[in-house]
Amino acid sequence: MKSMPLLHKINLDLKDGPLSFIGVFVSNLLAARLQMAISLGFHILFAVVGIALPLMMAVAEAFWLRTRDPVYRILARRWARGAAILFAVGAVSGTVLSFELGLLWPHFMKFAGPIIGLGFGLEGFAFFTEAIFLGIYIYGWDRVPPLAHWLAGAIIALSGALSGILVVSVNAWMNTPAGFVLQGSKATSIDPPRALLGPAMIAETLHMTLAAYAATGLLVAGIHAVLLLNDRANPFHRRALAIALAVGGVASVLQPLSGHYAAQVVARTQPVKLAAMEGQFRTERRAPLRIGGLPDPVAGTTRYALEIPGGLSVLAYNDPNAEVVGLDAIPTADRPPVRIIHVSFQVMVACGLAMALVSFWAAAVAWRSGRVPDGSMFLSATVLISPLGMLAIEAGWTVTEVGRQPWIIQGVMRTADAVTPVPGLWVSLLVYSTLYVFLGLVVALLLARQFRASPRPDEIVAASTPEGAH
Amino acid sequence: MSSPIISVSPAEAVAVVMLLALVIYALFGGADYGAGVWDLLARGPRATAQRELIAHAIGPVWEANHVWLIIVIVLLFTGFPSAFSAIMTTLHVPLSLMLIGIVLRGSAFTFRSYDNSEVGKRRWNRVFSIPSVVTPMLLGAVIGAIATGQPGRALDSGLPVPLFATWLRPFPLVVGLFALNIFAFLAAVYLTLETPDPELQADFRLRALVAAVVLGGVAWAVYFLARSEAPQVFQGLSDSPWGRPVRYGTGAFAVVTLAALSLRWFRLARVTAMVQVALILWGCALAQYPLLVPPDIAIGNSAAPPVVQTLLLIALGAGSVILLPSMYYLFHVFKGHTFQLSRVSTDDPR
Repeated sequence: MKSMPLLHKINLDLKDGPLSFIGVFVSNLLAARLQMAISLGFHILFAVVGIALPLMMAVAEAFWLRTRDPVYRILARRWARGAAILFAVGAVSGTVLSFELGLLWPHFMKFAGPIIGLGFGLEGFAFFTEAIFLGIYIYGWDRVPPLAHWLAGAIIALSGALSGILVVSVNAWMNTPAGFVLQGSKATSIDPPRALLGPAMIAETLHMTLAAYAATGLLVAGIHAVLLLNDRANPFHRRALAIALAVGGVASVLQPLSGHYAAQVVARTQPVKLAAMEGQFRTERRAPLRIGGLPDPVAGTTRYALEIPGGLSVLAYNDPNAEVVGLDAIPTADRPPVRIIHVSFQVMVACGLAMALVSFWAAAVAWRSGRVPDGSMFLSATVLISPLGMLAIEAGWTVTEVGRQPWIIQGVMRTADAVTPVPGLWVSLLVYSTLYVFLGLVVALLLARQFRASPRPDEIVAASTPEGAH
Repeated sequence: MSSPIISVSPAEAVAVVMLLALVIYALFGGADYGAGVWDLLARGPRATAQRELIAHAIGPVWEANHVWLIIVIVLLFTGFPSAFSAIMTTLHVPLSLMLIGIVLRGSAFTFRSYDNSEVGKRRWNRVFSIPSVVTPMLLGAVIGAIATGQPGRALDSGLPVPLFATWLRPFPLVVGLFALNIFAFLAAVYLTLETPDPELQADFRLRALVAAVVLGGVAWAVYFLARSEAPQVFQGLSDSPWGRPVRYGTGAFAVVTLAALSLRWFRLARVTAMVQVALILWGCALAQYPLLVPPDIAIGNSAAPPVVQTLLLIALGAGSVILLPSMYYLFHVFKGHTFQLSRVSTDDPR
């Protein structure tokens, strides 16, 4: 079969575009990277809630079916409203991403499409299942039997998680490419299942799935904690807090373990990324673990950090004398921007630890008193940490993606070689940024309106009778 | 790889599935765009009732209908990566604009259900309905532009990628109008079956009839412009052995749809309208076969290795086992009434 290097025929100098004057400030490559970062950073917030919120509403509805306590039914319905708004924005921003893969990175997709497409294909089906049963769940409260309705919710939760796992598997492939043989610039002997189950797959999907439950659970817990602070006995918010804390708390406590495992996989498969995360410039034995600090790429040191001698060697290789690869192992031009990566990594770890701490607190109080923790101190702490999960997710993705630079496929294709030759991408960057800021504000406003008001007593009474449950 | 009886390569089978997904997207997702058109054009004493009927009709199936587009894209970049990157490069501008439309209407459609203020509802309605008109025109323009061969030639020329010259031309724009008209026509036909109210039904019957007649005119315009602008498609439709039957078949179904609408046989009209639209798309695709992006990129020379195509087909088969029953259940629950309604209304002497 004749290969057609059509796209290679375009030898466009980016500075020659009709909008070149802006190109002086924002190169096409930078514009494409920023647009991708904004699109992913925006979509991930909705995707994460789309994974975890359905689980919480299915749990609430299961309690309604078992106890017939009408508050649980109202809770499931309220959470479902939030899920519907967030799913809608998640679906369209996800559609944008599937096109952007080609609109911004056509050379990447031409190479990677056949290798990783299977993952996207399976994800398409998972997403399909999610969309179908979301329609049944949201519009079917009174049209399908109660058990079928609950089952629809459970399917949404399951397919949401599956779809997240599949997409993250594709990202894992970009970090640890497998399942093909590189001949020149072409991939041969393509093995899509092996590509999908690459070395980083378990670590990344586990870490991200737990992150989704931790971030969403504690975010929702924070919202109900705010409302409980002024209305301590409210049965609606007490039950909501209990479910949200259970989902978010368990995930938050497990997350440091999965993070440790993920870091060991990074150490093994992407040592340069690990060096950037830790601000490790020199290749050395007994490498210290740095807490905080600001790397100085020119001087080649990380300043102001609290250093635990041998800590990094132990964490990465379980051996204080293990050698840790530093950034000095590769030429300066090929190093990722260490400052952003180290700081993002520190932010992610700090957020994660704070969340785990509050979750342990909740568990301890619940264990000793046998009730939902509702002390003022605890509720305030829950409110304070509630946005940290989302912050940690953004910071974590910054580590993963920026930490892979200058590669789009680690060691195989450079980001600069993947970008589209279409000129003037800064226009597109500007338009999409504006659009997403606008949408973000609207969603925040709508959700605030949905969740500000607690259900009225008559609403609860109405929901307890089958005729009034409409 | 290919059986001796029906010689279809895995790549061709994937291409057929891709076309099938595109046709289903047009029949279902397309009608959601069309419903947005009628939302924008809602007039007269029943304007509010029309809008409510539209929102009620598309709400439950909205998200599912949208996924077909993603399936098309995933099949394209997995099965035919160089066709995908060629399209995404040479039609960057209309595709980006189309996506903005998809984002706006997709968000606004949900926002308006959850915005309790009257002003808010009306505002979201606008943000839903205006992009519902613009987005399908851009989708049609992209498909029309590909058929002209301009995007393919722009790549071959080796010159900088043009932003507008590939698609801002008469033929793609008329195809854009054609797509919009098709979607509006389908939506109006479907909506006749969504209401027991005879007046609302009459509103949408009239809209369906008008859209059907206009569609005939636009179809001729596309056909004649194709002679010079998309000669490959024109020759396929006019000269090939299957061209005539496809054209006559499409025409016949169009006539039956018109007659059925006139006689208020709405259930029949729905079936024939769907067949008519499917025939249009199959005809255009057949005319371009085996090219994906004329003049050079074809199914054969852009296909991913056979192992990828075979795995895709297995995944599609396995996925369908879950997808089809789920889809049936969704439509059974929320569209079951449209199968009873027509019986009532045809029995109803008026």
